[in-house]
Amino acid sequence: MLSVKHLIDTYSLTADDITQILDTAKSFDPIVNARTIKKVPALRGRTIVNLFLEPSTRTLKSFELAEKRLSADSISMGGSTSSVVKGESLADTIQTIDAMNVDMFVVRARLAGTPQVITQNTDAIVINGGDGKHQHPTQAMLDLYTIREHFGHLDGLKVAIVGDLAHSRVCGSLAPALKTMGADVTLVAPPTFQVGDPTWFGCNQTNHLDDVIEDMDVVYMLRVQLERMEGAAIPSRREYNRLYGLSLEREARMKPNAIICHPGPMNRGMEIDAEVADCARSRILDQVNAGVLTRMAEMYLLLGGEE
Amino acid sequence: MAYLIKGAHVVDPQVGLDDVRDVLIEDKTIVSVEPSIEAADATVVDGTGKYLVPGLVDMHVHFRDPGFEYKETIASGSRAAAHGGFTDVATMPNTEPVTDTGAEVRYQIDTARRAGLVHVRPIGALTRGEKGESLAEIGDMVMEGACAFSDDGHGVQSAGMMKTCMAYVSQFDRAVLAHCEVESLSKNGVINSGRAATRLGMFGWPPLAEELEIYRDIELCRGTKCALHICHISTAKGLEMVKAAKAEGLPVTCEVTPHHLFLCDDDIDETYNTNLKMNPPLRKASDAEALRAGILDGSIDCFVTDHAPHAKHEKDCEWEIAFFGTIGLETSLPLMLTNLVNPGLMSWTRLVEVMAVNPRKVLRLDPVTIAAGSAANLTLIDPTRTVEVTESFFQGKSKNSAFLGMSLTGCATDVFVSGKRTLIDGVVA
Repeated sequence: MLSVKHLIDTYSLTADDITQILDTAKSFDPIVNARTIKKVPALRGRTIVNLFLEPSTRTLKSFELAEKRLSADSISMGGSTSSVVKGESLADTIQTIDAMNVDMFVVRARLAGTPQVITQNTDAIVINGGDGKHQHPTQAMLDLYTIREHFGHLDGLKVAIVGDLAHSRVCGSLAPALKTMGADVTLVAPPTFQVGDPTWFGCNQTNHLDDVIEDMDVVYMLRVQLERMEGAAIPSRREYNRLYGLSLEREARMKPNAIICHPGPMNRGMEIDAEVADCARSRILDQVNAGVLTRMAEMYLLLGGEE
Repeated sequence: MAYLIKGAHVVDPQVGLDDVRDVLIEDKTIVSVEPSIEAADATVVDGTGKYLVPGLVDMHVHFRDPGFEYKETIASGSRAAAHGGFTDVATMPNTEPVTDTGAEVRYQIDTARRAGLVHVRPIGALTRGEKGESLAEIGDMVMEGACAFSDDGHGVQSAGMMKTCMAYVSQFDRAVLAHCEVESLSKNGVINSGRAATRLGMFGWPPLAEELEIYRDIELCRGTKCALHICHISTAKGLEMVKAAKAEGLPVTCEVTPHHLFLCDDDIDETYNTNLKMNPPLRKASDAEALRAGILDGSIDCFVTDHAPHAKHEKDCEWEIAFFGTIGLETSLPLMLTNLVNPGLMSWTRLVEVMAVNPRKVLRLDPVTIAAGSAANLTLIDPTRTVEVTESFFQGKSKNSAFLGMSLTGCATDVFVSGKRTLIDGVVA
């Protein structure tokens, strides 16, 4: 049993919660990655609504596969097909779906706090699939799983999160989760991408990637959202790549056993060079695989725990 | 109609009064203030244990009329004002259409007279449509009764335009009420920058956006000599600039809201309570502390609510798309009594200054004193009566209060507006 009813943010998770999620995910590994029939009846008869209010491909498909592998009944609705675009309020949308008696909402939203608003309008369980610039806890869990698979543990690891921190829900949920598990986190970004108050995450923040890269066990490159370049937070892709991109030259200076992560989708040639994305240190596709396992674990623990 | 208010503790620093008195009102005027009065024809109002003060003024409210009557009307806002203990309110011009002509000013005054619960003192727009591009008909509005000028809701973004506004207003003996916000810095901001923005994952509205424009407007005040009043000051540094301007002798005043005094950005938690979303945003606890010191030591002149009614559906949504603002008229006095006056931090004299005397000065209204011959605009206050802040407590149309759920102590029980009793033992007439 997790200590929380919903999965909204990573601050609310204890180290024990996180360990349960990762261990449960590990138990699903042979089902998903070794069997021909990749399905268990764990959530048979349970109904899950994937409410994706902003475009998403990988997160939505990861949840859908996780739901299928747990035998849940699920439907997916998006911002462009839902009544949200017709001017209906979020509360009305949720109450409408809730009236059809569902067990869980998985929500992806453009606006921070949307999952909280949903919990106020339904008795169903809510999983946050990313809300605005706030939190993306299921991403953090798959990242921790991937890192733990490589090192066997999380405590004491040195992790750099590099990129557009200020606009990043990935950073917002990964940094506190790593801290909870005893890792040491350094935030790296140009000043125009830095977070307002890194002490809230208990992290150091620097704009010098080259000063810290040799000490890191994990270098976690964030996607730079190209639409964020408007307003001139950075002058160009080219300059960003020179100053903050993970090049082969920088990769060569990493510790022998260090790994590279990225939440995807990648801008090859911007935050990460193509050769680096495909190199032996890269765990980027392992992360995608872990996404299904950890999301299965989260849904299983939150829904199955009731019985 | 005659009223005899007996045995109340009368506080009016303008006439040096801070003692128990009987006060006799006939028609629209105070006719007698004595230790003991007998008047057989007058309706007696028992003031024992209560305080009688010059009628309270909220010089910063939004009544949404015309244009947004679903949020508040002049009539419903007047009920909220009476319930809160006010005899006068000054209404901001961001209506639809914007109050930028004499006719719009006249509409508000006439509508308020028909409602008959509070003196509505319209504030005219500085620029046409509050667009910050060309002067509104300021002289026309002065002649119809506008008490001050403001583009509240926005800062006037162009320094050159603001200079023109202040220079033009300087001929009329009216103050410019400045909403200070450099929009290129506050753009997309929905919460104080720094920890709150990081914690909740939203764009910050930094103190600098306010402070930079306070600095600019103080310098324009120096050049134009136009009286400048800084609206809803929210940061310690902004207050320091106002203090320095005052020390220099410039005609600069400022106001603070209950939410900036008694709440801070730490109060915004993961429930994303949108009633705490306002402009300017709730700042740090240390800012609120500096503002509380400022209203006690005299560097802040006026206590105002920025009463900002919004319909349920405009607040019951995600924070980033929720409207800015909280209502305030009905909780303003109770908050002051509960947090500052009853604990002994603020004197009754100071309360009267910031809620009655100073706002009238800034708005160039005739003074109201508790003395024979003065207009009978009076507020009677019970400092011990309990106020439970629930949605049903509010008499105004909207319920979006940042203070819902609080239990407060002390409120107005009776209000007299030009001799008319608009609040009768806590019930709006």
